[in-house]
Order: sequence, then C-alpha cells, then structure tokens
Amino acid sequence: MNDTLRTNEYDVAVIGGGLLGSSIAWGLGRIGQLTCVLDEGDMTKRASRANFALVWVQSKGLGLPEYTGWTVRASENWAKLSDEINHLTGIDVCHQRPGGFHLALSEKELEDRRLSLHRLHNQPGATDYKIEILGHDQVKKQLPHIGPDVVGGTYCPLDGHVNSLRYLRAIHTALKASGIDYRPEHKVSAIEYRNGEFRIVTEQGEIRAGKIVLAAGNANMTLAPMVGLDAPMAPTRGQIIVTERTIPFLDFPLTTIRQTDEGTVMIGDSREEFTDDAVQNLPINAVMADRARRMFPLLGNLNVVRTWSGIRVMPKDGFPIYDQSETCPGAFVACCHSGVTLAPNHAFDIAPMIAQGALDLDRVGAFSAKRFDTKSVQSSGYY
Amino acid sequence: MSFASKLRTAYDVIVIGAGPAGLAAASTSAEAGLTTLLLDENQAPGGQIYRAITFSPLKNSPVLGQDYEAGINLVSSCEKSGADYVAGCTVWSLDRERVVGISRDGEARLIKAERVIIATGALERPFPIPGWTLPGVMTIGAGQTLLKSSGLIPEGRMVLAGQGPLLWLYAAQVLRAGGTIEAICDTTPLKNYIDAAPYLPSFLLSKYWMKGLGLIREVKRKVKIINGITKLSAEGEGKVKRLVWQAGGRSGAIDADVVMLHQGVVPHVNLAMAAGVKHEWDNVQACFRPVLDESGNTNVHGIMIAGDGAGIGGAESAAERGRLAAIDSVSALHPDALSKVPARDNVRNALAKSMLGRKFLDLLYRPTKPFRIPQDDATIVCRCEEITAGEIRASVAIGATGPNQLKSYRRTGMGPCQGRLCGLTVTELLAYERGKTPDEIGYYRLRSPVKPISLAELASMPQDDVAIKAVVRG
Amino acid sequence: MFKRASQSEGHAVKLTVDGAPIVARQGDTVSAAMLAAGLGEPYRHTAVSGVARAPYCMMGVCFDCLVTIDGVGNRQGCLVPVQEGMVITRQKGKREIES
Repeated sequence: MNDTLRTNEYDVAVIGGGLLGSSIAWGLGRIGQLTCVLDEGDMTKRASRANFALVWVQSKGLGLPEYTGWTVRASENWAKLSDEINHLTGIDVCHQRPGGFHLALSEKELEDRRLSLHRLHNQPGATDYKIEILGHDQVKKQLPHIGPDVVGGTYCPLDGHVNSLRYLRAIHTALKASGIDYRPEHKVSAIEYRNGEFRIVTEQGEIRAGKIVLAAGNANMTLAPMVGLDAPMAPTRGQIIVTERTIPFLDFPLTTIRQTDEGTVMIGDSREEFTDDAVQNLPINAVMADRARRMFPLLGNLNVVRTWSGIRVMPKDGFPIYDQSETCPGAFVACCHSGVTLAPNHAFDIAPMIAQGALDLDRVGAFSAKRFDTKSVQSSGYY
Repeated sequence: MSFASKLRTAYDVIVIGAGPAGLAAASTSAEAGLTTLLLDENQAPGGQIYRAITFSPLKNSPVLGQDYEAGINLVSSCEKSGADYVAGCTVWSLDRERVVGISRDGEARLIKAERVIIATGALERPFPIPGWTLPGVMTIGAGQTLLKSSGLIPEGRMVLAGQGPLLWLYAAQVLRAGGTIEAICDTTPLKNYIDAAPYLPSFLLSKYWMKGLGLIREVKRKVKIINGITKLSAEGEGKVKRLVWQAGGRSGAIDADVVMLHQGVVPHVNLAMAAGVKHEWDNVQACFRPVLDESGNTNVHGIMIAGDGAGIGGAESAAERGRLAAIDSVSALHPDALSKVPARDNVRNALAKSMLGRKFLDLLYRPTKPFRIPQDDATIVCRCEEITAGEIRASVAIGATGPNQLKSYRRTGMGPCQGRLCGLTVTELLAYERGKTPDEIGYYRLRSPVKPISLAELASMPQDDVAIKAVVRG
Repeated sequence: MFKRASQSEGHAVKLTVDGAPIVARQGDTVSAAMLAAGLGEPYRHTAVSGVARAPYCMMGVCFDCLVTIDGVGNRQGCLVPVQEGMVITRQKGKREIES
C-alpha cells in the first residue's frame, strides 16, 4: 500500500478502478496526465473480476452500427495494448485472436443466429467484416471434439480472448509503474464542481481534480447526475462454471465456452434481471453444464472446481456510454459492457480525448447518453 | 443399484459429517423419531479423531489408546438409532433453503431437509514453511490417518514439528507401534506459558492435564525435543531430505525422510460459508468461526453447526454439541418427542465440563506469528495454484485490499481446495501487510460446489424453463 | 516412506500402479497403499508447474493426493478405499480427459 501519496490534487481523477477505468487511467498517464484512480475495497461487485474474457466482434452492434466499427477497431488494436503492457510490466496477458465460434444446438438456434447477424450486417453504416455460417461438418474441421448435437455455428476471424484477470493485474501493475495513484477503499459519495475544478468526497477524504472520468460501472448511474450527466444502466446477473485444468483441446473461444491459457475451461453464460451475486441458481448451472456437454461430450468427465456469478455492467441498451458534461466541463462518463474487448480503445482513444478536454464526437458521438432521450432503445435481449 | 434410490427425497434432519458431533447428532435425532440422514465422505464413520474406529488394523493393540477406543460407542448408538447413513458420499452444495447436493460414485442428487446440522469438523491449520510442499512433508493428522486406517508408521527418519496436544498423542502412538522419531521441534514459545498460566487452575480440574502430562513424559523418555523453535524450513530436491531449524540463537539441521507438521486445527468452514453462514474472527484460536447461538443455530434458518466446526473443543465437546443441535431440532420439529432425548440442561452441563481446561490449551498452544505468516517470500502460500508469499505481498503493493481482489490478481483460492490450505494464511498475511485486523480483511467468498463434481453430474441436476430462458439467448 | 506396524493386521488386496503390482491391505485408501508401497516420492506432478508433490493431509482437503483410478483422473486417492484389481495411474500435469 502506498502510504507516501504526495498529493490529493490531480489533472484527472478516474472514479472506478476496473478494466475500463484502469485502461483509461493508464492511457492518461501514458501521455503525461497526473492521474489517480479511486476504487472501492475488496468486497464489491467488480465486474472486472467476473467476465468471460472474450475479445469479441461477431454479433455486436445490432441497433447501433457505430458500435460495430468501434468493436472492430478494438479487436485490431488489442495486440498493441498487450505488447505495450508486456513491455512495461513483463506480464503476458496471452491475448489470442484465432477467431471465434458461436455454436447452435438446434436448427432454430442456428436460424435465429443467422437472422440476427443478417440484420446486423444490413444496418446502414455498418462496418463490414467476414463472418461465416457453418454446418456441423464445417465446424468439426476446426473443433474436432464437437458432439453430434451441434447443428452448426457462426465463425468470425476477428474474435479472440485474453487472460482478463491477468490483464487486471497487469494494468494495475502498469499504473504503479507509471506513477499513477491507484487508491482503493476510496469509495466516492459526492462530487462537487466549483471554480473549474472537481471536489470528490471519498471515504478517506477529499480529492481534487481538474477533470474527472466516471468509470464506476453500474454505479455511474448514481454518480453521473452529480455532474450533470446521465448514465442509465440495467445490470444483469450472469453465472459461470469453471473446470479443473485439462490438456489443451479447444483452440478457439466460443461465446459460451473457452479454454484458458492455464488449461481450465470456462462455461457460460446466463442472464437474469437480478443483482445479488452472492446467490447461485443451480438450475441455470445445470442448463449451462448440459449444453456444454452436448457441445463437447468429452467435457462431461471433467470436474467442476468452482462456479460464480457476476453483475454485468450494462448500459440500458447494451451499448457504451461516453459522454461529457455541459454543466460541469471536464466531467466525463465512460461505461460499457465490453470492458475487455474495448480496453485498447479506452487506453489509446478515449484517454487522449479526455486529456484534450473533449470527446471527438465524429468518432464517439453516437455513444452519448443523449440517445436515451430521443430514441426508444431496445436491448438486444442477449445481455 | 443407485445409492440414492434407497434414500428419501426429504428428511427432517440431515447431518453432514460422521465424526463425534455428527454421530451424536444423528443418534439423538433418530432416537426421537425424526427422519434422519447421516452423510460422510469417508468409507467408515468416526471423522478424524475416531478414524477407522470400526475396522482399524490396530484395534486389538494398545497403540491408539483408550480415548480412541471409546469412540466405538458413538458408532453403535448411531447404528441402533435407525438413522440412514451413506458413506463415501461427498456433499458439494448446501443452499439457504436447506437443499443438500450430494455425490457418490459419479452420481449426484439433491435432498431436502428441515434442519441441516453441519458437523464437518476441523482441519489442520496451514503450516506454511519453506519446503512444506515437498513430498514427505505431511500433517500429523495425515500420520494419524495412516496409523489408524492402515497401521502404517513412518519408515526411515521422521521429525515432528509444531505444537499442540495432537503432536504428543501421535508421537506416543508411533512409539508404541514400534516407530522411531529423530526429534520433535517444539514451536511453543515461552510467552504462551505465561499467557496460559492464569488458566492453569481450571486446566488442572480437567482430565486433560493428567493424560497430557502422561503422553509428554512417555515421549520425552525416548525422543529428543528441541524447544522454542522460531524458524523452520524443509529442504530437499524432489522430496524432503532435512528439516532446518532455528530456536532463538541456536540452529541446526536434522536429516529426515518424513516431516510431520502440526500447529492445531481450525474449523472447516467451506460448506457453512458457501451456505451463507456468518463467521467472525476468533483471536485466541486465530481462525474464523461461525456465529452461533448456544444450540448451534446460525443466521441461516434451519442450518446448524456442531462439533469442532463450531469452535475447536475436542471430541467430547463435539458429541455434546451434536446432541444439543439435535435436541433443538427435535424441539422445533417434533416437541412431543423431547422425552426421548437427553434433557438439554444435562447436555449443557456435560458440554461445560468437557470444555474445562480448553482455554489453557488454546493459549498454551496458540500458534505463533512466524508460522502463521510466512516471512520468506519464496514460501508457497496457495498450494493449489503455487503462489508464494512474495507474490501476495507484490499484489498488496499494486492495490489488493483483500483476499478476493488477490484471488483475481493471482488465483489464490481458485484451486480445488478452495482456500482450505491457504485462506487463513492469506487473510493474516494481508492483515499484517496492511495494518488491519483479520475481521477487517475478511475471507474468500466461497460458493458451491465446495468439493469438485463432474460436469456431467452438474448437468444432471434439475433444469427449469426459467433457467433455460436465462441461458439460451442466441 | 511408510511401513506396517508389527501389531497391525489385515487382508491383502492386490492392485496395480502404473502397471506394476502392489499389495495393499483391506481398509487402506489408494493413497495409503501407494505410500506403503514406496510410491510417494514423487506421487504426482502438478498441472500448474509440473513440480513433484505427494499427499499432505490424507483427509481430503489438500488435493495433493490426486491420482487416476480405473481410468478416471483427478480422484482424491485418500478418500477411495482399495479394491481388488484396481488400476492406478500416477498423474503428470494436466488431466487428459477420457472420452
């Protein structure tokens, strides 16, 4: 613990030390901004500890075509992020982009998937990228261990995954190495904008900053109005099953199954409108386990070592919110569901915009929370 | 035939763990006419202290001692009581609705109960010294298991290290069985004698002191004792070759083929914590223990804890606590049957009597900080994921405030043991590094399965439409 | 690492470990039988780093006794009683899943 903190005044205070907040903070420090990260303590929802670690492109952006392009950009830049972090900290986060699959266990599932991808790619302004719709035999060429119940699936070469927990450690190590003050147990209860600066009330005293970034996930909903911003969130709960380590057998990540670089197999996922992550729903685990076993019969004998649930950071329509305050200039809000996938954009794109004092509306204007005022937004229902 | 086909789908009382607490609880409950199920992971009843009581190869010899032999009465009572009993059965889940997930021979089932009495007892406190993961380094509990179940004693040179009554008991048993012990490295510090002294009178009133003294004398006659040990490390390539020790200014090394460690036992909290039972830090016993009323009720309605899992007290206290928990269940579910169980007051008195002298032992044998909080950065703390004390300290430096953030950074606690061998070390190490108390730091968040089950078993659990909709979302 | 106390008695049970026959006793767990047969140094190699390990607690909480029994991997040997004809294989590294 750093008890020689030299200041309580910063160029930028990032509120929230998860994947998103930490990536932005590192990006800010990287270009010379005196930055701190204000984080909660050990027992907090912390979606950054509870995600599926996918760096995912396929099926993203139905309802907001700009999101597709934003996602593709992130996928392209992840290797750069991974290299820089490795260079700075010596930690390899094992980013891999072999392409990814979504498998269907019935004709209806495959057809539903095909239709939604079709709608996605037909949206005006949508970024185009390759995606294949495959039958059982074609899938089997890449995933030789699939079971007979797999009817087919979709494949996108831009999909990948990373060791997201190791990335969390790496980015926090990078914060320390870059002289950025990461301050846990500094939960924020109030923010005041006065005389061109922000006064942030935390559980351990006041912090002042010229600019602030609200990166507190679902808690942004409470913090945003303090600085004239809006962040409508609709968190959902998801459960994950983790198995013991096994020899590598799965070369590609799936939307619902991936094998980590450690050898464990992660199986997901579920969606409930429920925000208690202390409870486990056994029938959901049974459904996920059953489907996983049908997709890869050899998984049946593998032992489940743990299960957990996480509360997704989820803006109301599923798309990121990047916004800047008009009443309190210098206050920004940033939250999204895909904190893993979008990490490079947060470090290399959003951070410089914040340092400059303004979001580049040509690039991220579509993600302003103003969209909630005008459009009646519909969730894709996936999340 | 499926083991579960003979079981009910619901019981009045399910008792988990067939040690003294579980056996007593199940007997009392079944004798009162409550439908009772006793579940245990091992092949035969007895838990740890009475391990192999029904079949031990040393049954007809004086090696194990009279206290051990007395355990057979608990087993007989339980057999006569009519409780259903399943051996070799893993309990992997317990939820707040008292649905118990069990597994045996690759088959998983759910069984419901009005009352669940968790009697999973205790386990050895972690003893993180450099080299404690080397083949040949084991717990004294492991030594006792090998002795009781298989009549096995260490071959070659054996060293015992640590402190506590079990250390002396095992040493005596090994010697009686014809084994040899190179040395005992006693880590009890002088300070503990001073702290325990005020409680000497009640200790002398208890039965422990005569038995204890007898054992210690028996062992000291034949074994070299090195007192006041302040540092230990096990060394060897591929297996243990020697135990290196320091005792204040003195030091030495003892060649060893087997090193057995012991610094007390702590409640086995995994199932209870995963079920949502509130725990708090006990500073004397340096462990987390459940918050209970005097019958063993927890904050979760219908879930009770009895035995060493409630707080370390030894075999006799465990049995009395088991009886109290069962009596409370009878009182709640079938008060007419209270005449068939012992009077609560009598059991309370027996419990109090059995606890006489415990305070003295707790203070005398309170494990010392260097052996609870590893100083050497290279010492492994999380055995499953092979994480060292140095890596944990580095995690504090980048911002880990507690065990759960640490888990994310380093995977400590993510292995199959789910913190059983690292949780206390992690909590105390973090508390020490951050200048906090263990209560402030907290413990790993535990969830089911508390023991591994196969994916196929999990897949065989009941599904429902709501669950399917929550998962299948294209 | 371990030998039978002379006062102890029990029926013999035959099994194989890595193809080689050993004689255990009724009441042994698989891990106890292996330790009695001198198969504890090493007993297994971990799935994390491949380092050598052997049983530590013998009561089912340390998971260092993992062994393959009759083709099923990662079983806690200290919880499984020996049976005549059991086929035991020691483990090296990550589990290979049987189909």
